[in-house]
Amino acid sequence: EEEAGKAAGLADRVTLPFANGERPLVTYPQKRPMIGLTVRPPQLETPFSVFGEGAITPNDAFFVRYHMADIPLSIDPAAYRLAVGGHVKIPLSLSLAQLKTDFAPTEIVAVNQCSGNSRGFSDPRVGGGQLANGAMGNARWQGVPLKAVLERAGVRGGAKQVTFNGLDNPPSPGIPDFVKALDADHALDGEVMLAWGMNGEDLPFLNGYPLRLIVPGHYGTYWVKHLSDIMVTDAEYDGYWMKTAYRIPDNDCACVAPGTKPDKTRPIGRLNIRSFVTSHIDGAVVNAGTATEIKGIAFDGGTGIAQVLVSGDDGRSWQPAALGEDLGRYSFREWRVPLTLGKGDHRLKVRAVGRGGETQPQEPRWNPPGYMRNVVEAITLRAA
Amino acid sequence: MMRRAMLLAGAGLVLIGAAAARPVTYALPPEKEIILPTGAGGELTQAQCGACHSLDYVQTQPRGKGPQFWKDAVGKMVKIYGAPIEPGDADAISLYLAKTYG
Ligand code: HEC
Repeated sequence: EEEAGKAAGLADRVTLPFANGERPLVTYPQKRPMIGLTVRPPQLETPFSVFGEGAITPNDAFFVRYHMADIPLSIDPAAYRLAVGGHVKIPLSLSLAQLKTDFAPTEIVAVNQCSGNSRGFSDPRVGGGQLANGAMGNARWQGVPLKAVLERAGVRGGAKQVTFNGLDNPPSPGIPDFVKALDADHALDGEVMLAWGMNGEDLPFLNGYPLRLIVPGHYGTYWVKHLSDIMVTDAEYDGYWMKTAYRIPDNDCACVAPGTKPDKTRPIGRLNIRSFVTSHIDGAVVNAGTATEIKGIAFDGGTGIAQVLVSGDDGRSWQPAALGEDLGRYSFREWRVPLTLGKGDHRLKVRAVGRGGETQPQEPRWNPPGYMRNVVEAITLRAA
Repeated sequence: MMRRAMLLAGAGLVLIGAAAARPVTYALPPEKEIILPTGAGGELTQAQCGACHSLDYVQTQPRGKGPQFWKDAVGKMVKIYGAPIEPGDADAISLYLAKTYG
């Protein structure tokens, strides 16, 4: 689409493949040209071709999501403090230097995906950020386990949840501040992390410099950026962004009949399983009669990818792809498969299977906020 | 294009001052004002709906969702986010949005 846009004299614009999908390509400090969704606050989508570059999403291409327009634009790493308080024995105020030296560092490769990634494909369409498939990314995060920091503070008996707030603020006093909560046992699972590093560098500013929460296997809404306040609570946290927003139908598929409302909801949680072709775009032309290597990525909420199946005939027959290097069960897993196609148009589909048996639905599931899309993806290849 | 972006990237992130206090600052690109199409209620919408976020929040929404979609959107801004918009103005804005974006 990008090339077509340029040919039409619309340099620096892309057209996402849904109605009203025209977007500017924008340049921000520390970022390569990104798909601009909004400017205040900045919301940037990763151009999909980036996912073909490798299993790790480069820092300068990683998507950016903010809710609150009053974002921090100047942070002194020497003065920065992380407060840990609430239902703890000793409230803490930790500098970055203390975090880096007083605790054993750890790292994990994990996918961060926006709850509303792919919302623009919802049918019927729903309100909210109209994203294609680029509000996701996979990085190697460096930091310390949240557990170690909470244990230093000493979580008191009866702790229910832990809340997370960052330095971004509502631009108007009536807007509820963006605060998220995890159940206490989740916060203490040893995997949830406070990260300052991303792929061996400091976090890019717009990705949460100098510290963000990493919640492996969970949607990006929990990965609070510019993290400044952690509070242990002895009751369920009932702030707007937990109690009202970011809720999914409380059933197995997190879905309802298109256009209807769920009667019961729960907070969004783990990523569901997805897979994408990254080597070819929809409509690409390949050589007929010889093997074409099809490549892509797959990921899930943390069981890890067991199998990726590819169909060159619109789902009638499937063949397993070879999986690439295993960077951990929360990471993108690359896959590849040689496919020989006869002359003509072919509907190519890809479907991943998790180690827990989860797979992708053939038909899209729907919910009112447009969350958790994970339908089997399809593209058309023209063999000539 | 890439080259320009990288130069900008270098310039955008600045370490200010000497060893003692070194804030890292981020230079957001200047915001170009988005001008909504003219029409009854357009100026009101322009003035009220760009206060807390840029107007691309409005422009990028799906088209053709009908008047209730926009009524609900404006209602959410007032009820949940505390947008200081009088009921009469909210109606005029909803009408403008439904007429402009379907
Ligand atoms: C008092 C603050 C405020 C004002 C004024 C305001 N908005 Fe919003 N609006 C918000 C906030 C906060 C969000 C959520 C931002 C996010 O999550 O990225 C939002 C989001 C939106 C969205 C995205 C969909 C959604 O619900 O998240 C649309 C569309 C929107 N606003 C339209 C409007 C329109 C139309 C007006 C004028 C009637 C308006 N806004 C005025 C605060 C405001």
